Amino acid sequence: MNWKRAGFMTALVGGPILALLAYGMTRDPREIPSPLPGRLAPVFVGTVFAPGNDTVLQLPVGDTVRLAQHRGQVVVVNFWASWCLACRAEHKALSSVARGYAPQGVKFFGLLYNDETPNGLNWIEGMGGQAYPALDDPGARTAIDYGLYGVPETFVVDQRGYVARKFVGPVEEREMSKLLDSLLQASGASNASGTADAPVTKSLPSADPKR
Amino acid sequence: MMVALRHLRRAVLALAFMATPIASVAAQSADATQNLSQPTLLAPAPGVDSVLDARVKTVASRLRCPVCQGESIQDSPAELSAQMRSLVREQLAAGRTESQVFDYFVQKYGQWILLEPRAEGINLLVYWLPILFIVLGGGGLWMAVRKWTRPPIDGVATE
Repeated sequence: MNWKRAGFMTALVGGPILALLAYGMTRDPREIPSPLPGRLAPVFVGTVFAPGNDTVLQLPVGDTVRLAQHRGQVVVVNFWASWCLACRAEHKALSSVARGYAPQGVKFFGLLYNDETPNGLNWIEGMGGQAYPALDDPGARTAIDYGLYGVPETFVVDQRGYVARKFVGPVEEREMSKLLDSLLQASGASNASGTADAPVTKSLPSADPKR
Repeated sequence: MMVALRHLRRAVLALAFMATPIASVAAQSADATQNLSQPTLLAPAPGVDSVLDARVKTVASRLRCPVCQGESIQDSPAELSAQMRSLVREQLAAGRTESQVFDYFVQKYGQWILLEPRAEGINLLVYWLPILFIVLGGGGLWMAVRKWTRPPIDGVATE
């Protein structure tokens, strides 16, 4: 047996396998790249079960919310559950950002994921209230439509109805504010150019159904 | 031999126990969605349901559970998997083809959701590399066997 040759062959076969395993160690298997950002946000319909305590954002219980009604506005969709620990961590930040951006027309909705609405109501009460309305999601249909694999997950939908970004895990106030600022600024810029050239602002929402 | 047999029996029993709750969950979700899809079906013809069941099972066993990740939504007891199975059933009952259902989930979760990667692009490596290795290995083995079984050359043998 030629040992030198055997060693070479082992390295030739084992090397790539080891390299592949080493590469695998650098990746988080729980992190699933979402295909949604940059695409049209899946439309959803939900029923309000907790009204929210911000005067601008609140909606009556039993009201039906359709994403399609909010074209032209930035919409933040947060999936949460009363059994989710990380949701507690982001609760304060989300409510505070929601309050801060409500006058600028940014809408926030909390979608309850795989949970009972009474549990959700208790949770909101225990956390000292929530600025924005909470909606139900029977059968997790909206969650699946958004490619959800855990809570919390938060999707920011821009004025044209496209998913601008997906947050996995607790949202941080500064990061969310920065994103909302950039989205509002971008629309402000396009609106400004639109006033100079009137039809542009009108053409934005009508361009979407074609896609 | 006896030990091996005992292990085998245990494994079979364990599998049977594990399959029972899964089957009952599947049956429950089947009942739940059946009620939803009933108006679209004219009559609950015998056989129609079992055909649909089989189609749901085929599709569900090829979709990955987002919660447990290592299992298909057919095998997973997670709530989200049950909900995904009922969605698969609903879409198939509404007349969508298997590939349309796969496309729906790929659109939402990306290629990741497919337990079996599609044979396209870089994924082709997964399909062709084993064949290449078998050919190379077979060739190597054939050459080695030929070398080992070659009758000794007189000159060398007497050396």
